[in-house]
Amino acid sequence: MLTSKWRLEALSHPSSVRVGTTMVLSILAGLSLGCLLFLVMGVSPVTAMTKIAAGSFGSWYGFKETLTKAVPLTLIGAGLAICFRARIWNIGAEGQLLFGAVAATWVGLGVGQHLPGWLGIAAMFGAGAFAGGIWAAVPAFMRVRWGVNEAVSSLLLNYVAAEFVQFLIYGPWKGKTQFGFPYSDDLPNALWLPTFYGSRLSWFPLVLAGAAVVLLTVISTKTRFGYDVRVVGESPEAAAYAGIPFGRTVFSIMFLSGTLAGIAGAIEIAGVHHHLTYPWSISSGYGFTAILTAFLARLNPGWTWFSAILFGGLLVGGDVIQTSLGLPFATVNIFNGLVLIAILAGEFMIGHRLVRIQHPGDSR
Amino acid sequence: MTELIASVISRSIAASTPLLIGTLGEILAERAGVMNLGVEGMMAFGAVTGFAIALHTQSAWLGLLAAIFAGALLAFIHAVLTVKLRANQVVSGLALTTLGLGLSGLIGRKLIGKPLQAKFSGLDIPLLGDLPVIGKALFGHDILVYGTLLATVLLWLFLYRTKYGLAVRSAGENPLATETMSVDIVQLRMLFVVIGGAFAGAAGGYLSLAYIPAWIEGMTAGRGWIVVALTMFSLWDPLRALAGSLLFGGLFVGQYFLQPYGISPNLLMMLPYLATLAALVQGATASTTRGRSAPAALGIPYERGER
Repeated sequence: MLTSKWRLEALSHPSSVRVGTTMVLSILAGLSLGCLLFLVMGVSPVTAMTKIAAGSFGSWYGFKETLTKAVPLTLIGAGLAICFRARIWNIGAEGQLLFGAVAATWVGLGVGQHLPGWLGIAAMFGAGAFAGGIWAAVPAFMRVRWGVNEAVSSLLLNYVAAEFVQFLIYGPWKGKTQFGFPYSDDLPNALWLPTFYGSRLSWFPLVLAGAAVVLLTVISTKTRFGYDVRVVGESPEAAAYAGIPFGRTVFSIMFLSGTLAGIAGAIEIAGVHHHLTYPWSISSGYGFTAILTAFLARLNPGWTWFSAILFGGLLVGGDVIQTSLGLPFATVNIFNGLVLIAILAGEFMIGHRLVRIQHPGDSR
Repeated sequence: MTELIASVISRSIAASTPLLIGTLGEILAERAGVMNLGVEGMMAFGAVTGFAIALHTQSAWLGLLAAIFAGALLAFIHAVLTVKLRANQVVSGLALTTLGLGLSGLIGRKLIGKPLQAKFSGLDIPLLGDLPVIGKALFGHDILVYGTLLATVLLWLFLYRTKYGLAVRSAGENPLATETMSVDIVQLRMLFVVIGGAFAGAAGGYLSLAYIPAWIEGMTAGRGWIVVALTMFSLWDPLRALAGSLLFGGLFVGQYFLQPYGISPNLLMMLPYLATLAALVQGATASTTRGRSAPAALGIPYERGER
């Protein structure tokens, strides 16, 4: 007699079809659950989704806005993908972005008018990148030196950075030309990134984001450093055994991802706002949304641009439903959270399958 | 001057209470071996649910119950993802925070600015409440403040003086060995993640039903993250959590009293976060030197030893 039962079996090498379909299904499941919640709360999900889709992808203007938000998400997401591969949890990209914005503003206002435009812009981006990297190096140091959990420390530094930006715009940096608004003075015109007609999108950040995707893909797949990162992520013990310096790897990837977040901050200043403003205006939660971006790309820097466009669209959609349906901006987080939850559950489906095992029973 | 001191102490205790409630819950979850970074989301969801129900039923207690349930519900998602499906605890916690903040925005959109009659108000304790200075500072609080103190002591006794508490602690230290003592690790961890969420929900309920009491978008204001840090600061010990939350409550209040002296409110607002960072370093170094380390299996998914 044969008895049979179902059991879960781990899959070590899931096929790309399996991965692809599961990811698509996960995203759809997350979005559908969100729609269900909207329905329960008395907001028509059809209207909400139509507004979100039309606002973010339905027009050239909307699509350019989506791309404007996808650029920082791509930059930050690609850096975070590398961090998360090493199981280093940089949750502080928001603060790193803000510090990049502060440094870029400082350089732009300080030396901007004395330099030719392109050099001034280069200086701003250099300063932004460096400041973001330094802000990320703090939790890296705390982790390596004292073993402090970097997820929590980097996150707390977000709040410190946001308060610091507010301190600057209400205090020492408050612009004399801003009619009492808490903004810094505007950057000299020569430092404004040229934008496409009728939008806030310019070609330079797009090129930067594309370059970052290519560069990080090459680093993570083709270099010794990329290999080290993977080994550290899979087993710090094995890494130590293989002579891979844990501390230096952690520092490098944190600094790298902080740098990318800092560049995103410089983009927001030079390309979008042209002055330092409220922290929540400089970044509409890019640092957090980029975490989802990295995960949707399955920690593969080469795919972050794709997931960044999706989440960029959701962010634009959040603005749209805020103005047209009177919902708080935070509501769009429902979709973000549910998509992430569905992806996490999907990861399990990708890595396991149900198999029916038949084995001879006790009867002989 | 004594008036001022009494008022500072009284407000510090009130400000520390939601931190303490949340920290107690996170201690339980982490002792069992599961880190939950979703406290901010569970708090926000608890706060808005509690407020909505209290407004509807005109009962503060039903509101609190709803807040507890709301926190536990969100935590259940985390429990399934991290314990059953062995998903990454950091990411799942972030998902919870995102979802909780989103839900609170959606549910709370029509509750902003509504006055609440059914709230927890300060008790009028005879004799003790009439004492000079300490009467106002210590004995004029709402019932939840004293309930939280009681819960702190009870949880300490539970963790350190009962057999089941020992099972919880060893689930976070060495789950494999614990399972050999016929403790169901998966079940235990699921349970304590959910209980932890219930505490986080209650902490949110305290904010919207007693501390403020109102619904304000974003009213948790990062307290959930301070809870996560306080858990480490307290070295996973309820009594230390009491001391730690009083310290942080004091910092929250202190910034308002220092503001008139011309110090930027934004710089003062950094203090709780900087203090938390300092506390993390202190906690991390203390735990390596004094042998009071984090639960050894914290953050590591447990897989039954079939393979």
